[in-house]
Amino acid sequence: MTVLLNIVKRELASYFSTPLAYVFIVIFLTLIGSFTFYLGNFFARGQADLNAFFAFHPWVYILLIPAVTMRLWAEERKTGTIELLMTLPLTTTQAVIGKFFAAWIFIFIALVLTFPIWITVNYLGQPDNGVILAGYVGSLFMSGAYLSIGSCISAITKNQVIAFVIAATVCFIFTMSGVDIVLNFFKVWAPEFLVNTISSMSFLVHFESITKGVIEIRDFLFYLSVIVFWLFLNVVVVEFKKFN
Amino acid sequence: MISITNITKKFDEFVAVNNLTMSVKKGEVLGFLGPNGAGKSTTMKMITGFIKPTEGFIEVKGMNVETNPIECKKLIGYLPEGAPLYGDMTPINMLKFVAHIRGMSSKEFKKALDSVVVKTQITDVVNQPIDTLSKGYKRRVGLAQALIHNPEILVLDEPTDGLDPNQKHHVRNLINEMGKEKAIIISTHILEEVDAVCSRACIIAKGKKIIDKKPSELKKIYKNKNLDNIFREITLSK
Repeated sequence: MTVLLNIVKRELASYFSTPLAYVFIVIFLTLIGSFTFYLGNFFARGQADLNAFFAFHPWVYILLIPAVTMRLWAEERKTGTIELLMTLPLTTTQAVIGKFFAAWIFIFIALVLTFPIWITVNYLGQPDNGVILAGYVGSLFMSGAYLSIGSCISAITKNQVIAFVIAATVCFIFTMSGVDIVLNFFKVWAPEFLVNTISSMSFLVHFESITKGVIEIRDFLFYLSVIVFWLFLNVVVVEFKKFN
Repeated sequence: MISITNITKKFDEFVAVNNLTMSVKKGEVLGFLGPNGAGKSTTMKMITGFIKPTEGFIEVKGMNVETNPIECKKLIGYLPEGAPLYGDMTPINMLKFVAHIRGMSSKEFKKALDSVVVKTQITDVVNQPIDTLSKGYKRRVGLAQALIHNPEILVLDEPTDGLDPNQKHHVRNLINEMGKEKAIIISTHILEEVDAVCSRACIIAKGKKIIDKKPSELKKIYKNKNLDNIFREITLSK
């Protein structure tokens, strides 16, 4: 536990010791804000909810989360500090989970900083704050799923740019897998159960049901299992790369 | 303290270490010599559990490194090749991180910090980001993180690389002093270092051990030639 905590602390501190954290937070807030008001027509909708706000979270995450995760392992490998880290008395699993949690806490901070929009909607009307809370929790879980993908892919390469591009692509595929454009590609040749499986993997579909206020445990379980799966893969990749 | 038994390490077809056997006892400083690419760093990576040998096994204080990695890593202080460090941290934060991962309390850390910082002469820079430090300071911060938990075993990959002559002298004295109560392996290209600090020299080339003797015995065998010439003769002839 102390090992895990110390890794989280170090990783989190290293986000804030470079401009990355501040640049990320500013861009995150600006993007989300402008999407909500300009594309989402927050005011014109005339509804006291944050659907226009949450609807753009997946898209902002696809773009920005790979930027948060690209350095997690790629940088360690590039600078050689991975050798230092992995010869300390800790397990690969501890290192993977520690780094993941640091990134997740960072996204949590960014999400908390969107609170003015929540104040705005409460000032303008009487929204269902329970649904809004569910939206935030859902968004946090979804970000965790994106982060786990990014972290795993960062372990594959020494090059942060490659880590970014591949992670963004994989995140995009997982987001879009419920959309007809992607599904049509599979429908032609794949059996129905495979099409259904792919469609049920979509981050978008699960997130939409949460933000609509349909709070089902299985949507959260979905994100949790995605996180566990990718972090497991992350451990495997780190171990495998280490020995080769 | 360290016993290496018939280890071989292959990267695909390339054999980096070939059936190497050696051991280091407490109170010994083993100088690990060899041309570039001879397999020195690879061997050190295997001792510290960073990579696994393809064949053979390594024991640290009687424990197998592969089956008991955490306990073994606790006993070892390791300065990896090139002294990699977290550049965005200050030496003091970096040492704190390593110490806490190694399970030291804040109190123990403070105590250890005072002595390690003096030993490695990094007092002046402990609060500067590591990225801004000179090569010599970086190497000594790397050394400091290897010493922070006062380990019984030290594995130092080129500990004096990038140091100026005064700093080299100081680090050698430090190794000499620690060598009395620890088991130490250092790798080096600098042959005068072997005379200065090592109680035994192990020369390897192309992954194979060629010689494992005391520096004085080496000279006897090779009729008082200097170490440079002995090294050339041994490593080029094979």
